[in-house]
Amino acid sequence: MLSSVLVANRGEIARRIIRACRSLGIRSVAVYSEADRAWPFVAEADEAVAIGPAPPRESYLDIERILDAARRAGVEAVHPGYGFLSENWRFARACEQAGFIFVGPSWQVIQQMGDKVEARRLMAAASVPVVPGSEGTVDTLEAAGDAASRIGYPILLKAAAGGGGIGMMRVAEEAALAAAVASAQRRAQSAFGSGALFIERFLQAPRHVEVQVFGDGHGPLVHLHERECSIQRRHQKLIEESPAPNLPATVKARLTEAAVAGGKAVGYVNAGTMEFVVAGVEFYFLEMNTRLQVEHPVTEEVTGLDLVQAQLRVAAGEPLQWKQDEIRQRGWSIECRIYAEDPARGFLPSPGRLARLTLPAGLGIRLECGVAEGVEVSVHYDPLLAKLVASGATRDEAIARTTVALDGFVVEGVKTVIPFLQRVVRSAAFRAGSVHTQMVEQGAFDG
Amino acid sequence: MAEEVKAHITGVVFQITAKAGDAVAAGDPVIVLESMKMEIPVEAPRAGTVKEITVAEGQTVQEGDTVAVLQ
Repeated sequence: MLSSVLVANRGEIARRIIRACRSLGIRSVAVYSEADRAWPFVAEADEAVAIGPAPPRESYLDIERILDAARRAGVEAVHPGYGFLSENWRFARACEQAGFIFVGPSWQVIQQMGDKVEARRLMAAASVPVVPGSEGTVDTLEAAGDAASRIGYPILLKAAAGGGGIGMMRVAEEAALAAAVASAQRRAQSAFGSGALFIERFLQAPRHVEVQVFGDGHGPLVHLHERECSIQRRHQKLIEESPAPNLPATVKARLTEAAVAGGKAVGYVNAGTMEFVVAGVEFYFLEMNTRLQVEHPVTEEVTGLDLVQAQLRVAAGEPLQWKQDEIRQRGWSIECRIYAEDPARGFLPSPGRLARLTLPAGLGIRLECGVAEGVEVSVHYDPLLAKLVASGATRDEAIARTTVALDGFVVEGVKTVIPFLQRVVRSAAFRAGSVHTQMVEQGAFDG
Repeated sequence: MAEEVKAHITGVVFQITAKAGDAVAAGDPVIVLESMKMEIPVEAPRAGTVKEITVAEGQTVQEGDTVAVLQ
């Protein structure tokens, strides 16, 4: 087993990793920016190293400062969490070159899957269905126009160098293409350092369903079933659950089979997620997230397996004891992301001092919470405060527990999305499990 | 008459998109704030000419702070 791990992240995921380290007897080292000094993850780690000012570029995104902290603390491994440097292949390579174990896949696989055009090509070659789209990047407006008319409007413009919905634009008709290409290029350039775009067909009202995969570099890659993540705003998830409701068994079987085939094709090691869009009985590969996913707890709840412990074991070179036919989904689990955003003002960010915080509790309730009363929720970071994970024997039971728990939160000082989540879980559409990724922006849950 | 353009959220000035002397229409972005990984434009409340941009890139502004003056 590893002796020590530096946690190159903050907030709830840093606490989650520190907890997993502690349960395995691993010394944990937190890094923190000036803005995070009073945050719980700093006190909870065995050691904590200050790495710089609040802006992420000068702290959590600064590879050299993080490696310096790792050297000073004398750790054996680095866990990147999600976001920040977790899918930055240069960081994974720099860790390796500096002699640290990177808790995740190889930097080469991160690089391959981070190039969204290359990932599409690799997956198509492994017989994983991909959304109909351009062959490669569209480097001129003319090439974009040709590809778009071949695919048929409406289309989606996407950044080749990154995912997460950043730089993504829907284009309804040819007349709007030029302006959209210019804007998407600019956003992609600023977010990923490359303005390269590709085009996919825009699917009407699809679901977002993803499959958790895990490889240990010894035995066969396995999947840990699916998660439904269709309730999104700005292409970012708000509610996730496992299993996916109303997913026909035949579709699920093909989906998990495709996910495993895709992971095997790149020799994937450690935790990864194959994301798909599902439209009726058809499904298409979207992208692979080469890291731990925010919503991993719902998979842990239904499988009974600790994904973060498993990540650390695999990073240490241990084989997993998991056999595919023994990995079962039992019961139902739903995660709600508690963001500091104001749903009454179009999900505008709501930073500020967290004046009061009471968390719900109860049977089947798990909180992954990054904050504590009195902390400053900074403008510099992601607005995720906490994740509410409610589980039960059935979906109805999980929804009932989610509903009661959401009503039990007390948060003062910042606005949160809780009022919106309360409307979603009480809605007929959500209760029927008939959801799709465009519902929030279409106003389906507006009160 | 001069009118102050105020930030509707707290954030860091990410980009300044208009300069003194520019004519703007109602709804045109004057500056873009970055807050919690989102880029949010602060728009001119009415048509006019930018008299002054009162913030600099990288500066933190609080909700309600003046970021520009229109005339």
